[in-house]
Amino acid sequence: MQALPAFDEMFGSGEGYGSRSDEGVTAAYRAIRQWLAESPHELMAARRAQAELFFRRIGITFAVYGDAQATERLIPFDIVPRIITRPEWQRLERGLKQRVAALNLFLADVYGKQEILKAGVVPAELVLMNPAYCLHMVGRQPPGGVWVHIAGIDLVRTGPDEFFVLEDNARTPSGVSYMLENREVMLKLVPDLFDRVKVAPVETYPEKLLETLASVSPRKQRGSHPTCVLLTPGQYNSAFYEHSFLADKLGIELVEGSDLFVRDDIVFMRTTEGPQRVDVIYRRLDDDFIDPLVFNPTSMLGVPGLMSAYAAGNVTLANAVGTGIADDKAIYSYMPEIVRFYTGEEPILANVPTWRCREPEALMYVLDHLPELVVKEVDGSGGYGMLVGPHAPKATIAAFAAKLKANPEKFIAQPTLALSTCPTATDGGIAARHVDLRPFVLTGADGVRIVPGGLTRVAMTAGSLVVNSSQGGGTKDTWIIDG
Amino acid sequence: MLSRTAGNLYWMGRYLERADFSARLIEATQRLAALPSSYGGASNAWESALAAACQTEGFAATGLVVDEHEVTEFLTLNAGNPSSIRSCLESARSNARAVRTALTEEGWEAINTAWLEVSRYGTHLSSRETLAQLIEYVKHAVAAFDGAANRTMLRGDAFWFINLGAAIERADNSARLLDVKYHLLLPRDEPVGGSLDYFQWTTILRTVSAMTAYRWVYNDSVKPWLVADLLILNRQIPRSLAACYDEILRHLDLLASHSGRRGPAHRLASAGHARLASGNIDAIFSQGLHEFLTQFIVDNNRLGEAIADQYLF
Repeated sequence: MQALPAFDEMFGSGEGYGSRSDEGVTAAYRAIRQWLAESPHELMAARRAQAELFFRRIGITFAVYGDAQATERLIPFDIVPRIITRPEWQRLERGLKQRVAALNLFLADVYGKQEILKAGVVPAELVLMNPAYCLHMVGRQPPGGVWVHIAGIDLVRTGPDEFFVLEDNARTPSGVSYMLENREVMLKLVPDLFDRVKVAPVETYPEKLLETLASVSPRKQRGSHPTCVLLTPGQYNSAFYEHSFLADKLGIELVEGSDLFVRDDIVFMRTTEGPQRVDVIYRRLDDDFIDPLVFNPTSMLGVPGLMSAYAAGNVTLANAVGTGIADDKAIYSYMPEIVRFYTGEEPILANVPTWRCREPEALMYVLDHLPELVVKEVDGSGGYGMLVGPHAPKATIAAFAAKLKANPEKFIAQPTLALSTCPTATDGGIAARHVDLRPFVLTGADGVRIVPGGLTRVAMTAGSLVVNSSQGGGTKDTWIIDG
Repeated sequence: MLSRTAGNLYWMGRYLERADFSARLIEATQRLAALPSSYGGASNAWESALAAACQTEGFAATGLVVDEHEVTEFLTLNAGNPSSIRSCLESARSNARAVRTALTEEGWEAINTAWLEVSRYGTHLSSRETLAQLIEYVKHAVAAFDGAANRTMLRGDAFWFINLGAAIERADNSARLLDVKYHLLLPRDEPVGGSLDYFQWTTILRTVSAMTAYRWVYNDSVKPWLVADLLILNRQIPRSLAACYDEILRHLDLLASHSGRRGPAHRLASAGHARLASGNIDAIFSQGLHEFLTQFIVDNNRLGEAIADQYLF
């Protein structure tokens, strides 16, 4: 496995780890470096064990599909925080707001007047023939004009000032519970460190999310709050812990499809005191499953009639139906143009250069350069079905090339980015591991809300670039610090 | 509250109560079975334990012989027995997880920890020491959940449904325990045949952890009709049928005060409560203790069904 020379967020390069000197330590990491130097290996090991115990007891687990032995697994947690300075964060924040605004405008447009298609900025057939383009939403506008209420934007860093958007998650992004719980665990585990480093709090996220959901309620009642619920596929879903965690923090009911029913285009939940009307559904169920009458007819997870109530404007779904077209990986490559088209500004956050395999020239290039590229399915997620060229054996590459030639339109390719590394506690001591960052952007009818922080995912294996939790990746607490 | 949530909480309360009862039942039976036969050590002690746990048929289906090891393993760690301690804690934890939002963090942690600990024992009992540890742990864990719930939960539907489930289960368990031993519990005018049954009676008291309480309440030596009186009519003993119905009625009333609605469950609970409040032990004996208990178990089950119907779960 060839190691990529990567930007290290503590040392600038990965070479400082062996040495005892503090030369080259970035300002952001000075306190962390000192703290690490003061903590002998045994103490770090004890802290790691304690952190695991916390997580196990709180029950923060996730399920891995196709893994019968471990239906509930802990995501590895690394106790060395990932640092981002406030000026860096402020730039990211502006970029995130701009990008999510463009995503919302794009959705309103492609399901509305389709100006971007008429202008030829994005090929019409790429949108209209896309499986993620939802015909049921054509001509509709959700309450407040908001499509993507909750967005998770995956960022990677390759240098002091170089951040790229790797992926937009505009359907049902997950991971925010880790952002919140990681902080709680760190506060218990290393209170001293919080005394030395002033960290921006993330605990306001549930409140901001609730405000966001309430702002898009279709019913404006004076003096009473809209009834919001969180719709989960149930306790066997991989992210069930997060669903229950969020519902709890928001103080809203955690419902399954069978808890809801639709009568006269109004959604009700079944309670011990009879039916109660529901205004906003924060759904963590994919479009395909939400209404068996309209989408997948075999789905037992959804609510028959929900789409009809939605179309009648009696209930708000967050995120809206049909947002998958915005985070489709084929559309992704047009994001810089999309941002320019709707905001009239240059994108603050860069895209990773992307070859669209549907274009013959790009396909030829990709086939010739597979060993150095990352190839992804346009509608895939969770790190499944992707090829990381530099780390793949020859046979795998050959097999992938065949798949690619058979269905080129299903794939995009990107250069293998040297994701930045951060100090990480491993069995062999502190070492550099690759990370990414997923901040969460909330958009309501009354504006955009972002908490300072996000989920840092870390590839726990030396040299690995795959940070997905389903592939053994871990998480870190992300600290936005002054200074 | 969602009906599904109410149902999950109610059954969670029942499962935890059942796990606690099984633990106490095994502990008391072990003590009885270990006695020399001249002191009343009964060879059928484990058969009685199975009957009290309502597991006679379930155990027979396994084809195993009735002995201490097989019965205790069946009642504690057997994964195929839906009422084993292991299964009860697994179900309670699964219910709790499905309605995680209805519990406080402390409440959830207590249940989650209990399941994690007990699952570590696997599905086979290695020794008596392991069993003793397990029993202690289970009693402790259920008490820890009660404490956590009591100290941290909002006094609302969620709390009341858990308690309601626990009280229904507790009433059922106490009644079954008495019924298994009813032939040993004689009315006051029957001559007591020596003290041979003394250890049988005290086993009953120990199972409901009322041995010391008995002395405080009656200030008398252990007499069979007083054991029956204590467990059926004495409101001071939390596991007596009367105390369980106090609890049941109280929680149903709280639920009604919240929603303003009463229904069939309230009527059935009030009737059951009144029967116990106005009953006296002599009348129960003249009616026949076994008949009384059998009818009680049927009525208690009917109440359980009425609660499920009324709250739509």
